[in-house]
Amino acid sequence: MGKALRREVGAEEVRRRVTTPYLRISRLTKKFGAFTALDDISLEIVEGEFVCFLGPSGCGKTTLLRAIAGLDIQTTGRIEQNGRDISALPPTKRDFGIVFQSYALFPNLTAARNVAYGLENARVPRAELARRVLELLDLMGLAAHGNKYPAQLSGGQQQRVALARALATSPGLLLLDEPLSALDAKVRVHLRHEIKQLQRRLRVTTIMVTHDQEEALTMADRIVVMNLGAIEQIGTPLEIYREPASPFVADFIGVMNFVAGTVVHDGAVRLGRTELACDVDGLADGTDVTLAIRPEDIEIHDAGRSAPNALAMRVDALAFLGSFFRADLSGETTPGVLLRADLPVEMVRRRGITEKSILSVLLPPERIRVYPGSAANR
Amino acid sequence: MRLFIGVIGLYLVAALALPLGLMLAKSLQGPKEEFVGLANYVRYFSTPALFQSIGNSLWVSILSTIITVPLAFVYAYALTRSRMPFRGFFKTVALVPILVPSLLPGLALVYLFGNQGLLKGALLGHSIYGPIGIVMAEVFTTFPHALLIILAALALADARLYEAAVALRASRPKIFWTVTLPGARYGLISATFVVFTTVVTDFGAPKVIGGQYNVLATDVYKQVIGQQNFQMGAVVSVILLVPAIFAFMVDRMVRRRQVALLSARAVPYEPKPQRLFDLLMLGYCVVTGLAILSIVAISQFAAVVKFFPYNLTLTTAHYDFDQKGGGGWASYYNSIRLAFLTGVIGTVVVFAGAYLVEKARGFALGRGIFHFLAMLPMAVPGLVLGLAYIFFFNAPANPLNVLYRTMAILVINTIVHFYTVGHLTALTALRQMDPEFETVSASLKQPFYRTFWRVTVPVCLPSTLDIAIYMFVNAMTTVSGVVFIYGPKTELASISVLNMDDTGEIASAAAMAMMIFYTNVAARMLHLLLARWLTLRTQAWRQR
Repeated sequence: MGKALRREVGAEEVRRRVTTPYLRISRLTKKFGAFTALDDISLEIVEGEFVCFLGPSGCGKTTLLRAIAGLDIQTTGRIEQNGRDISALPPTKRDFGIVFQSYALFPNLTAARNVAYGLENARVPRAELARRVLELLDLMGLAAHGNKYPAQLSGGQQQRVALARALATSPGLLLLDEPLSALDAKVRVHLRHEIKQLQRRLRVTTIMVTHDQEEALTMADRIVVMNLGAIEQIGTPLEIYREPASPFVADFIGVMNFVAGTVVHDGAVRLGRTELACDVDGLADGTDVTLAIRPEDIEIHDAGRSAPNALAMRVDALAFLGSFFRADLSGETTPGVLLRADLPVEMVRRRGITEKSILSVLLPPERIRVYPGSAANR
Repeated sequence: MRLFIGVIGLYLVAALALPLGLMLAKSLQGPKEEFVGLANYVRYFSTPALFQSIGNSLWVSILSTIITVPLAFVYAYALTRSRMPFRGFFKTVALVPILVPSLLPGLALVYLFGNQGLLKGALLGHSIYGPIGIVMAEVFTTFPHALLIILAALALADARLYEAAVALRASRPKIFWTVTLPGARYGLISATFVVFTTVVTDFGAPKVIGGQYNVLATDVYKQVIGQQNFQMGAVVSVILLVPAIFAFMVDRMVRRRQVALLSARAVPYEPKPQRLFDLLMLGYCVVTGLAILSIVAISQFAAVVKFFPYNLTLTTAHYDFDQKGGGGWASYYNSIRLAFLTGVIGTVVVFAGAYLVEKARGFALGRGIFHFLAMLPMAVPGLVLGLAYIFFFNAPANPLNVLYRTMAILVINTIVHFYTVGHLTALTALRQMDPEFETVSASLKQPFYRTFWRVTVPVCLPSTLDIAIYMFVNAMTTVSGVVFIYGPKTELASISVLNMDDTGEIASAAAMAMMIFYTNVAARMLHLLLARWLTLRTQAWRQR
């Protein structure tokens, strides 16, 4: 359950919603000829939640979104929205608003007419319609641009018009297909924040497809990490980052060090001649495993004092990245072990760390993730 | 949407596929409609008078192609690669032949080089009636078609290639052979096949100036109109289809490769002034332009004098069409009605068809068949289509035979005859639109026809107008498509030209051909004004 949501609506409310998910996807499979684009996907999303589908291109995230919208009907499986089985319904019979990377604004209609498009034949009185359009444009900070054509607006403004158009009919579900990918970096960061604020205010259940992990980490209540048509992990941004369920997720989100080792006994893994303490997650003794640790979790220990999980490592390269140094380390006593560590600027200066320095590197046991299988293939 | 695809698809099946199929069947039948296998073909190939025409057709087609393509290439080169003055004017002049029926150059050539012609001596005793006249007329007719294709190819030039060549100290001829020509390669191949097909299938020029020189197109006409031998007419039609379909397929393949060139990001080439070269190019364009204009001018002049070139007293007698052999003034008004109806109805049908092919989801097989049917008319000569219509719509068993010899059948035929170019124009326009419009509309619970009407049609309006004017102009000038299916009350201006020429009223024929020309010029100008007005009114969104 998303932590942000829990804060917002209260534990009681969340419990009620968790028992009746707004969107329930069960055992969804989509095949294009011999190619399996979605492989047995099951997923539940509660009302008001912001969920990101994250994964590399070709992982099936867009296919899943299009199946939810009814644009590419699944081969097998079931989709329920608000208790209603929508598996076989065409897009027009479903309840969603959608925003595309290309905006897909009607070029010959003004911003206001674009927003009004979905309201016009819904038997809304003219005055009511005008009021609603104005309200939406205002909400997006576009009140002054209603009479402009899409070509006269900037990319960010166009995307906001597209968002207003999608929200105009008050859909129960908002689908965002890489909505920020076509924008330049500054606008993207700004709009990220805006969309998130808006979603919180309107409490509309939202699914966003993205390949940008930063986007997913900052915006989502929960992230669905996908790979090769299957779900790798579902969790809050913090869970996904801190406790990646598989080497794929660990590698895909953020930067991760991988080291090969062997389980010695419960709570210990051998790395060359060194033993490291860590939670081996019930794996049998002698199992080949892969250890994973984030660069920022690696600590530098005072040299000379021996400590558990300390390795002597040499600095091969030191790159200044603004707020920290990234050090490439190689094992002195454990040959073949290569690590990247993020070191605070202040510490590097204080300790006088340079290339070729020998450091005592500490790998905190609670920060080490252990996955079965050898790291050799990564 | 499937319903709509079905309706327009049914139109193409009834107005194209079934008639053509029936014609193929007829070519395998005897006079009593009994199946005779390939007997008609055997007879065709054992009758020298008939199969000689194949060689004749190929000969004039190859000759015309060899002359037209280089002429058009140099003209296009002058327009795109020189800084000579009046380039816009010369481009307009070169497009004049599109606006006249292919009968007109034949008439003008008779006046110039005929038995009583002004320049008869220039032929050194050869007769204009025959391959010489046909080739001259065909060069005139096909010149603008070749020019437009080559212009498009030359316009793709990448300035960076020229800069690189200059930086490598390549000489001008070397640059021409290594950069310019390869860049225009596909355009030249495409132009070659378009000219070849147009000449092989053209009926107007050989009819007027071919004399005793038989070609395939005139053979179809003679078999059907002269000898009422429909089976043999069908045989010749099938033979005429072979080179047309072959050229069509090669052209499609070549064009597909040209697209790949287009997508590369090129920096447009801007020629620099070079006095001598520009002057040479201007000279060439003046000579070529004068030749084109003189064909039209002679026709007009001959139409307003008593007996060109011997009695140059002005007269309006030749415009008294009702007293001549053709269909009179009524035929001119019929032509305008046909062109107008074809322009309006044809545009609606073609555009709606292209929309359904492009935007419908699923139903891939149906859309594939539809697209094939839409591309087919390009490869079907007008005469072949017309003959197929006789077989199909004149059959007593066909409930559609009430249409025979009505204006309706002429409209149906003309739309199909010129379907492909309109279809491709509409497809291009539709493909430039965001493919997600329909998805967004669906999510906003809007029916597809509302988005079609509110967004698709307005955005594609300029292309729609282009289709309409194309249909109109071609409906005014076409002879081959309609010559078999017009009726006593639906004779057309172009048919009148043909019939008046047949009865020796050449001046009146020229007068009528020029009426077609002026009508097309007026339609073009109206199109230009309308397009400008509509752009101001409905295309404000295009401005930034």
